[in-house]
Amino acid sequence: MSGLSQSNRRVIVCRVVLIMALALASVAAENPAPSKDGQWLRPAKDFASTRYSDLAEINVGNVKQLKLAWSFSTGVNRGQEAAPLVVDATMYVVTPFPNILYALDLAKPGAPLKWKYEPKPAAAAQGVACCDVVNRGAVYADGKIVYNTLDGQTVAVDAATGKEVWKTKLGEINRGETITMAPLVVKNKVLVGNSGGEMGVRGWLTALDLATGKISWRAYSTGPDKDVLIGSNFKPFYEFDQGKDLGVSTWPPEAWKIGGGTVWGWISYDPELDLIYYGTSNPGPWNSDQRPGDNKWAATLFARKPDTGEAIWAYQFSPHDLYDYDGVNENILLDLTLKGQKRKVLVRPERNGYIYVIDRATGEVLSATPYVHITSTERVDLKTGRLIYNEDKKPQLGKVVRDICPAPPGAKDWQPAAFSPRTGLLYIPHQNLCMDIEHVEANYIAGTPYVGANVRMKAGPGGDRGLFTAWDPVNARELWSVKEHFPVWSGALVTAGDVVFYGTMDRWFKALNARTGEILWQFRVSSGIIGQPITYRGPDGKQYVAILSGVGGWAGAIVAADLDARDSSAALGFVNAMKDLPDQTAKGGTLYVFALP
Amino acid sequence: MKVLTCLMLVLALAGCTRERRKPTDVAPSSARPEGSPESALQPGPTGTPPSAEPSAVALPAEGMPHAPYEQSAWAVSEGKRLYQWYNCVGCHANGGGGMGPPLMDDKWIYGSDPIKVHQSIVDGRPNGMPAFGGKIPDSQIWQLVAYVRSMSGLLPKDVRQTRSDHMSVRPSEQAMRPAKPKNEAGTPPSAERPG
Repeated sequence: MSGLSQSNRRVIVCRVVLIMALALASVAAENPAPSKDGQWLRPAKDFASTRYSDLAEINVGNVKQLKLAWSFSTGVNRGQEAAPLVVDATMYVVTPFPNILYALDLAKPGAPLKWKYEPKPAAAAQGVACCDVVNRGAVYADGKIVYNTLDGQTVAVDAATGKEVWKTKLGEINRGETITMAPLVVKNKVLVGNSGGEMGVRGWLTALDLATGKISWRAYSTGPDKDVLIGSNFKPFYEFDQGKDLGVSTWPPEAWKIGGGTVWGWISYDPELDLIYYGTSNPGPWNSDQRPGDNKWAATLFARKPDTGEAIWAYQFSPHDLYDYDGVNENILLDLTLKGQKRKVLVRPERNGYIYVIDRATGEVLSATPYVHITSTERVDLKTGRLIYNEDKKPQLGKVVRDICPAPPGAKDWQPAAFSPRTGLLYIPHQNLCMDIEHVEANYIAGTPYVGANVRMKAGPGGDRGLFTAWDPVNARELWSVKEHFPVWSGALVTAGDVVFYGTMDRWFKALNARTGEILWQFRVSSGIIGQPITYRGPDGKQYVAILSGVGGWAGAIVAADLDARDSSAALGFVNAMKDLPDQTAKGGTLYVFALP
Repeated sequence: MKVLTCLMLVLALAGCTRERRKPTDVAPSSARPEGSPESALQPGPTGTPPSAEPSAVALPAEGMPHAPYEQSAWAVSEGKRLYQWYNCVGCHANGGGGMGPPLMDDKWIYGSDPIKVHQSIVDGRPNGMPAFGGKIPDSQIWQLVAYVRSMSGLLPKDVRQTRSDHMSVRPSEQAMRPAKPKNEAGTPPSAERPG
C-alpha cells in the first residue's frame, strides 16, 4: 500500500466506486425495487386489460424452481373460469354455480379461510346457462367485492367481513337470462352484462351505483336508439354503422326483441378518453335465415361514456353473423407507434379469426389480420369496414355445409390474452377448430334455447385443437406459437420476469419464456385448467402465482356435465371435438398457489 | 310336425298385425308465433310442487298410460319430431346433452320409468327442466316420453327410429344396445355441490 502514490490511490478508489456502482446498477436491473403493484384487484389486472404484472422475482432464470406453496378446494366440481383476486393480505375466490365467495387469509401459514359468502342462487338457473355454469370472477372496489350470480343478480360483499352490502336482481332466468361475466367498476359504477345469446335473450349492459346497487343506466344491444343509448354524440366511423334506429331496421319485425347481443365478455376503460369498451354476443337464433339484415347491434364493439352509458361510436365486427361469432372478447388498450405515428389503439383478437387494431378514439379499423386458418370469410374490407363472407360456406336450411373454419367458438373464445410492454407482444390462448353445420328451423319458446342449427365441430388443419400464440400487434405478425392437444381455454398472464403463464385442459400449468416461447416449467394439476392465472406479492414479500383448476366451460362440458360422446351434436356440437377429453381429466375445483422455495 | 307348422303359421300371421294408431292424437299446430311471444314456460317446477303421483292428466282407462305409445313406431316418430319442435334438442342435444343432461345414456337422475319421465316433462325439475304440463297436449307428452326412452334403447327395437332426416350426429335409436338404467335413486346434480 505504502508504495502507492496518493494519486494512484485516488484512481483506484475511484475505480472501485465505479465498479461497485455498476454492479449495483446491474443488480437493480435484475431485481428492481419492490413494485407497489403487488395486488390483483380485477380479473384483467388493469383498465387496459393487459394482464401484465411488474413483479419480477419469478423470472426466466428461476421459474424452473417454482414449487406448490398451498392449495384450496372450492368444493364445486364445475368449470372454474374465475380469476382469484388479491387485496392487501386477502385472496378472494368465486366458484361456478352456486357462486360461493371465499376469503383466504394470506397473512397466515397455508392461507386459512377467513369467511365464505353464499348467495344461494336459484337452482333452475343451471337449466338456462348455455355453456356450463361458469363465473368469470369478481372485482374489488371501495372496500367491496362485487360479482354476479348465475341467476342474474349482482352482489356487493364487504371485503373485510363477508357481509352482504347490497344485492340487485338484473336478469330473469324465465327469459333465459343468466350472468357469468366479471363486472368492471369504473367511476363508482358497476358495469354488468347478461348472458343468454343461445336463449333468445335481448342483450344489455347495466351500470349500478357502487355504494347502493341502484341501477343508474341500462344500454340495450338491440332495439330503438333510445334503448341503445344512441344520441347526438354517436359517431360510428363506417357508413354501414350509421343511421337511425338500426337496432330495429336491420331485423325482421320484432325479431330484435329476442335477438341476442348479450354482454358476457370483457370491458376495458380508458380514463383519458373517458370511454368504456365492450362487445356484444352473436345474434339469435344461430339459424341466420330467420333474421335477414345486419342484426345490429349484435357482434358489435361499443365505446360509451361510463357516467351516462351514452354511445360514442360502434363497430360491427360480424354483420348478419352466420357462425355464432360473438363479439365479446377482451379489448386491450395500447399506445402503439404505427407507421411512425403514435396511435391510441384497441387490440382485439376476435372470434371471427382476425386480430383487429382499432383507433379507440374514432372506431377506425387500422388493420385486421387473420391469426388462424379461415374459410368462413375472405377478409375485412378496410375501406367499408365490412367483413366479407365466403359465399361457399354460408350455412343453409336442411343442407350440411362442411369445413367451416373457425367453428362457433371462433379462433378465440372468452379466454383472455395478455400483453407485455417489455416484449411488445400479445399472448393469445386460443383454438384451432372447424365445423360442419346444418340449419334447422328454430322455434322461440321463452326460457328454452333458440338456436336452429346442428353442428359438428372438429380439429382444424394440423389436428392440434389448441394454440398459444405470441403476436406482434405493430407489425401484425406471429412471433411464435405453441401447439396444444386441446383448445387453450385458460387466460394468459405475463410478468416483468418475462415469463408467460397459461393452463391446458389436459391438466398442465405452464410457464414459457415470453420472448421465445420455450417451455421453462410445468406442473400437473388435478383437473383441466380453464381459469385465469394471476400473480401477486404476499404479505411475506414473496411473489406468488395462482390458478384455479377444474375443467368445464363450453369446451369442457363433456366432462363437467357428463355428456355422452356418442352424440356429436352435444354441447352445441363441441363434444365432437372433445371426445378424448374424459381420458385426460375428471371434474375438479382446486386453487393452486406457487412460489419459489 | 303339423303342430310346429301350425305354430309357425300363427306366429307368421301375428307378425303381420298392423300397428294400431290412435286417431285421437292431434298433431301440433304448424302456425308459428309472431314477433316475440312470451310463454309462461320457465326453468324449474312451477305452481304446486311435484307430487309423488303422476300429474292429474286424463289417462287411458285401461292399462298403463304409456303402453300404447311405447308400442307404436308412429308415436315414437312423432315424439322425435316434437323433441325438435319444443326445443328439447336445444338442451339435451340429440341425446348427448348440453345445458340439460344426456338422454341416450344409462343415467336417469329422476328415474327411467315412463311415469317418472312423464312427470319430469309435466312438472319440470329443480335444476332447470321447464314444466311443460298444461302447455302442450298430454298425448304429445306421452309421445315425447316414448321417444326419450327409445334414445337409449329402452323400447322394443321395431318401434325405434332407424334414421334421421338431418345431419348424422349419432348412432340411430334403433342401433342402440338397450342401456340398462342405473343410479335409479340417484343423486340429483345439485346435491353434488355444497350450499
